[in-house]
Amino acid sequence: MLLIKNGRVLDPVSKTDAAMDVLLDGERIKEVGPAGEIGAPAGAQVFDAKGLIVAPGFIDLHAHLREPGQESSETIETGTKAAARGGFTAVCCMPNTKPVNDNASVTRFILDRAKATGSVRVWPIGAASLGSKGEAISEIAGMKEAGIVAVSDDGKPIATAKLARQVMDYCRSLDLPVIEHSEDVSLAAGAVMREGVSSTRLGLRGMPAVTEAVCVARDVQLAELTGARLHVAHLSAKASLDQVRWAKSRGLRVTCEVTPHHFTLIDEDVTYDSRFKMNPPLAAREDRAALLEGLADGTVDAIATDHAPHEPALKEVEFDRAPFGILGFETALALALEQLVHSGKVSLMRMVELFTSGPARVLGIQRQIAAGQPADLTVFSADRAWTYSVDESPSKSRNSPFDRRKFKGGPVATIVAGCTSNRIGT
Amino acid sequence: MSYRFRDLLALEPLTADELGFLLDQSKPFQEIQKHPLKKLATLRGKTVALAFFENSTRTRISFNTAASRLGADSMNLQAEASSIKKGETLLDTAFNLNAMKPDCFVMRHSSSGAADYVARHLDIPVVNAGDGTHEHPSQGLLDALTIRDRLGTIENLNVTILGDILHSRVARSNIHLLGKFGCKFTLCGPSIWVPRELEKIAPGVPIRCVYKMEEALEGAHVIIMLRVQTERLNDPPLSANDYILLYQLNAERLKLANRDAIVLHPGPINRGIEITPDVADGPQSCVLEQVTNGVAVRMAILYLVIAGATESGTHPALEAKPKESANATD
Repeated sequence: MLLIKNGRVLDPVSKTDAAMDVLLDGERIKEVGPAGEIGAPAGAQVFDAKGLIVAPGFIDLHAHLREPGQESSETIETGTKAAARGGFTAVCCMPNTKPVNDNASVTRFILDRAKATGSVRVWPIGAASLGSKGEAISEIAGMKEAGIVAVSDDGKPIATAKLARQVMDYCRSLDLPVIEHSEDVSLAAGAVMREGVSSTRLGLRGMPAVTEAVCVARDVQLAELTGARLHVAHLSAKASLDQVRWAKSRGLRVTCEVTPHHFTLIDEDVTYDSRFKMNPPLAAREDRAALLEGLADGTVDAIATDHAPHEPALKEVEFDRAPFGILGFETALALALEQLVHSGKVSLMRMVELFTSGPARVLGIQRQIAAGQPADLTVFSADRAWTYSVDESPSKSRNSPFDRRKFKGGPVATIVAGCTSNRIGT
Repeated sequence: MSYRFRDLLALEPLTADELGFLLDQSKPFQEIQKHPLKKLATLRGKTVALAFFENSTRTRISFNTAASRLGADSMNLQAEASSIKKGETLLDTAFNLNAMKPDCFVMRHSSSGAADYVARHLDIPVVNAGDGTHEHPSQGLLDALTIRDRLGTIENLNVTILGDILHSRVARSNIHLLGKFGCKFTLCGPSIWVPRELEKIAPGVPIRCVYKMEEALEGAHVIIMLRVQTERLNDPPLSANDYILLYQLNAERLKLANRDAIVLHPGPINRGIEITPDVADGPQSCVLEQVTNGVAVRMAILYLVIAGATESGTHPALEAKPKESANATD
């Protein structure tokens, strides 16, 4: 048993914000009570969380763990270690592995590897189409039985409106969310950053903001047609957010996530350093402002990292030849504190929601600090000063633009199923 | 004054004074081009690596000639003969060339930012001889030198650039140099090649994008033509005939410009596409002067990045003037 005492418990579901003790018994939360009222049972470990925040376990809806197939960039073992260091108790891993997770065997392989080597829970996302090729629907029911939590052809959108409609129809009957990497691939072809003054100045090929929005518009219409649960991944543009807002106002089951890098950086920050290359690319100043507004007003449902490790050999090339993507797990919470909370734009409670009950709702599950709930907790500090050093990361890759950034606040302990998966000195 | 950077990667970060200094340093080297014996000993014993990862004829030969006239040796890498096709990364190729101990690394590459990227990893001066669609600093300098020679100044001119501006590294270097001397720019071409974002790439520099040739030429002192990359015609869709109809510089249209307007072109010229032969070869054209000035500018660049940091005093072109030149007529 583990007693976490004197922490400031923040639970968005019950709207709790108080000094509480939480007693964990194995995989479940046994008891929650006001600070000082729960005595440590004999033999229980005690964690004094005074001055720290105790939140439900963080869920990352969007990560690439690269196993199977690209183990030189990341494995389930190294990726989940990094996730634990970032405070995440569960990560949803995208299916663009080699082979693609488009059938139950691959799903089971991922879950077996997670069980054997993982530091946090791994919730696989299955491919919407076979090989994510956008031609034929994949074995979604089989994968659901094996344990997927959503489907996506992430890395690209479901290729055609016709197939997207079929997938949405089918997933509605299976009650699975369809996660879309929204991008009009013809507009994005050859582009390496957002189109604008910065891309024009740098001489880098840009994709316009509407690259994302035209695809979101298509999918929102299909979500209305099919009644499916549509989740827009790594939303980056104001125009796309407006589409989601419109869909929500119509009562459609449409949700979206935003990454820490999109609410922190903009296209003007891009240099010829490939650590600033990701897809969707860093957006314009006004897009970032719109994302911050959406994060504050509830339009955005979750913060997701899009943790995308690429080994140095792949990323250390000319900007236009480098693959898209950056690391995300270990800086997500600190960036959220910096950009959202310390800046006064978002309350601490709302930020916790974006990491916990928000993503849980997208997946159709519940996450809160209450007796009987899974013993997954994220303990963090809102003010501890620290410096992120990517060389200390358990990840196999080093592609972070936030290396050497100084932060105020970050993860302290990650508790998964009652066990401390990662603990950083207070 | 001296050149304060190790490398020459772009003209954008340089001040007007620094750009003026580079142009002034080129002046004596221009004189050298007129001498019967053109070889100096200034960089004797030094080696210039010429790494051209993208095809180039005139810029490579120009840098090679510049190095040679300064007395330096050069080592040449050409895309066709390189190990790039064998899968070696740019950085590995650069490290390998650097291991042969050159004193300067001149490179051209099809990726914007490639020279910047290599410079971050090499311990010798890197000179950008054109990176993707970003900048072509030596071209920007030689254009300015040519304009100054012909018009007597590079200040407060109306400069019109015609063609595919979006994909032009020459246009960007021209804007970042001449813009610091009060020049006003009119950019003209098909709208897909002349996006409005260009008006903001150099804060403080008046830049306007127009889509009618007649509007672009009115009052121009300098007309900079860009080569229409014929491989880019049709992608984006635009027929060559339409381009000629709307944007070809011919004698009739040239009359709309200032009476003494000069015409520049970085080459190679597509005669009959962006420019008619009578204009290309006419009295207002500076095309061949540009090529001659290219050698002088590149001599100045190589001299400054290789020797400039350690030597001062008399300009090497004056100091080491070939003796025979005293009687040379030009």
